[in-house]
Amino acid sequence: MTEKVILAGLGGQGMMLLGRLIAQAVMLEEKNVTFFPSYGTEVRGGTAYYHLIVSNEEIFSPVIEEADTLIMMNLPSYLKFKGFLKPNSSLFLNSSMIDKVDVPESVNIFRIPATEIANDLGNVVASNMVMLGAYNAVKNLISIPTFLSCLQNVLQGKKAPFFRVNKLAVERGIDFVNLSKK
Amino acid sequence: MSTNKDQKFLLTGNEASAEAAILAGCRYYYGYPITPQNEIMTHMSIRMPQVGGTFIQVESELAAIYMVYGSAAAGGRTMTSSSSPGISLKQEGISYLAGSELPCVIINMQRGGPGLGDISPAQSDYFQAVKGGGHGDYHTIVLAPSSVQEAADLVFDAFDLADCYTNPVMILGDAQLGQMMEPVIFDKKQKTDLSAKTWALTGARGRKRNIVKSFYPVKGELEVFNTKLQKKYREVEAEEVRYEEIDTQNADIVIVAYGTSARICREVLRDAKKKNLKIGMIRPITLWPFPSVIIGRVAERVQSMLTVEMSAGQMIEDVRLSVNGKCPVHFYGRTGGGIPSPKEILNKIIELSTIKEKVTCATS
Repeated sequence: MTEKVILAGLGGQGMMLLGRLIAQAVMLEEKNVTFFPSYGTEVRGGTAYYHLIVSNEEIFSPVIEEADTLIMMNLPSYLKFKGFLKPNSSLFLNSSMIDKVDVPESVNIFRIPATEIANDLGNVVASNMVMLGAYNAVKNLISIPTFLSCLQNVLQGKKAPFFRVNKLAVERGIDFVNLSKK
Repeated sequence: MSTNKDQKFLLTGNEASAEAAILAGCRYYYGYPITPQNEIMTHMSIRMPQVGGTFIQVESELAAIYMVYGSAAAGGRTMTSSSSPGISLKQEGISYLAGSELPCVIINMQRGGPGLGDISPAQSDYFQAVKGGGHGDYHTIVLAPSSVQEAADLVFDAFDLADCYTNPVMILGDAQLGQMMEPVIFDKKQKTDLSAKTWALTGARGRKRNIVKSFYPVKGELEVFNTKLQKKYREVEAEEVRYEEIDTQNADIVIVAYGTSARICREVLRDAKKKNLKIGMIRPITLWPFPSVIIGRVAERVQSMLTVEMSAGQMIEDVRLSVNGKCPVHFYGRTGGGIPSPKEILNKIIELSTIKEKVTCATS
C-alpha cells in the first residue's frame, strides 16, 4: 500500500495542519510517512501545497510526481496541480471555491462544499476537517479516533473549545460522502 | 520534549537535528536566520533555556562562528547552523577553528547558488564543504544524512567526532532534508561523561596555562603544526569512513550519490530492478573522509559508474579519483534548486546501458 497525496489551498485554509495531523495519525499506526511542505515565500492568500506519502514500504523520494489523491481547496491550487493526476486518481475539490472545471474522465472526482459546510457549523476555518472526513470516507487511510486524538493534542489551552466544531466538521465530511454514495 | 527511548516524533530534518544536538549535550548555539534552516534556530530558542543552555540570535554569521570559537575554546559543546550563503560567510571562522583544533558542529542545509541563489534544495556546496572552504591546509569532517532519522543520528555522532579529533564537523544537508517531516526516534544514549578537555581555557589557577591559537609567527613552527594536523587527518581517513553499499555485487552500473540525491536513487534502484537492469549504489555517509577504497574496489567489477548530484558535478571529481580510470564515470545532475526525478535518472541509466551494447557490437 502506498498513497501519495497532494494537499493545496490558500494560505490559511489549514492544509499544513491537516497534512501534519494525517502524517501524525498514520505514524502512530506504524506506517511509514513523509510530509514535505512548500516553504519560504508562502503568504496568506497565496497557494500553499504539501506532499504527503504514506506507505507500508520504505519511502524514498518524498516528492510526488504522480498523485493518487489531490485535495484541492481553491481554483488556483487545482490549476497548479491537475497535471499530477493519473488515471484512477481521486480528486477532492472544495466545490464551494472551485466551480466549473474540466476534469479528466479517468479521474474519480468528489465535489465537497467544504467551505459552506464549515460555515453552517459556525466556523469557516474548519473546512479542512470537512475535506478530511470526505477523503477518509472514500480512502479509509486513517482511523478517525487516532486522528481526533492528534487534533486534540494541538488544540490545547485557549484553542481547546475549537475541538468540538472540528470534530463535527470531520463527521459532516464523512456523512456528505456516505449520503452521496446512496 | 520527552526523551522516552521508543517514542516516535514527527519532525522536520531541521527540528530533529536541533533536538539531537541538545541530547548530545550541546549547550551553546549561535545563529543568524536564513531559509531553509530556520527551524533549527527556532527549536534551539525554545530548548536551550529549558536545559540551561545558551541561545543567541546574533547580528551576523561571522559573529555566530566566532562565538562558537569562544565556546569551543572554553570546552563547551557548541553548534551553529545556516544555509549556503550564510555558510560562505562563516568560512574564515571555520578555518580558524580547524587551525586552532577546536571541536564544534556546523550544519549547512544547502540551498541553490551561487550568490543569494534561491531557497530550493541543492548540493552545490560540496567543494566548499570537503575541500575546506576557508584558507589553509585543513579539513572538516563532513557527514551527509539522507533521512530525518539519520540527520538526528549523525548530529549526535558529530559531537563525538568533533571532540575525539578536536576538529570542526560539518553536517551537509539540504533544503529538502531540512523541511521534510518524517518519524524519528531519539534512541542514542546521552553522553553524561564527556571526556575531559584538558586543553580548554577554563582558568589556569593551579595548572600550566593552555593556549588556543592558530597563529605561528616563528619560522618553522607552522610547518611542524601542519605536519601534526595532517597526521590527524590521515588517522581520520583511516578510521572514520562511512558509507552504505546496496546491491553492488552483481551490478552492471553503480550509482554514487549522497543525501537527498541518494534517497531519490534508491527509488531508481527499485524501478530498475523491475526492468531487469542490474544497478547498485554506493552512498557516501562521510563526504570527508571520502569512501575512496570501496568505490575503487567496486569500479574493478562494473561496466560504469553514474554520479548523481544536485549540482553541476562536484563529488564526481572525488569519484573519478577513487575509480582512477578503472571504469567510465558518468554524471547526471540538476542545478539551481532542481531536484532530479527518479524517471530522469532511470532514463539516463537506460541510455548508459545502450551505450554498453553499442560498444559490445563494435568490438565483436
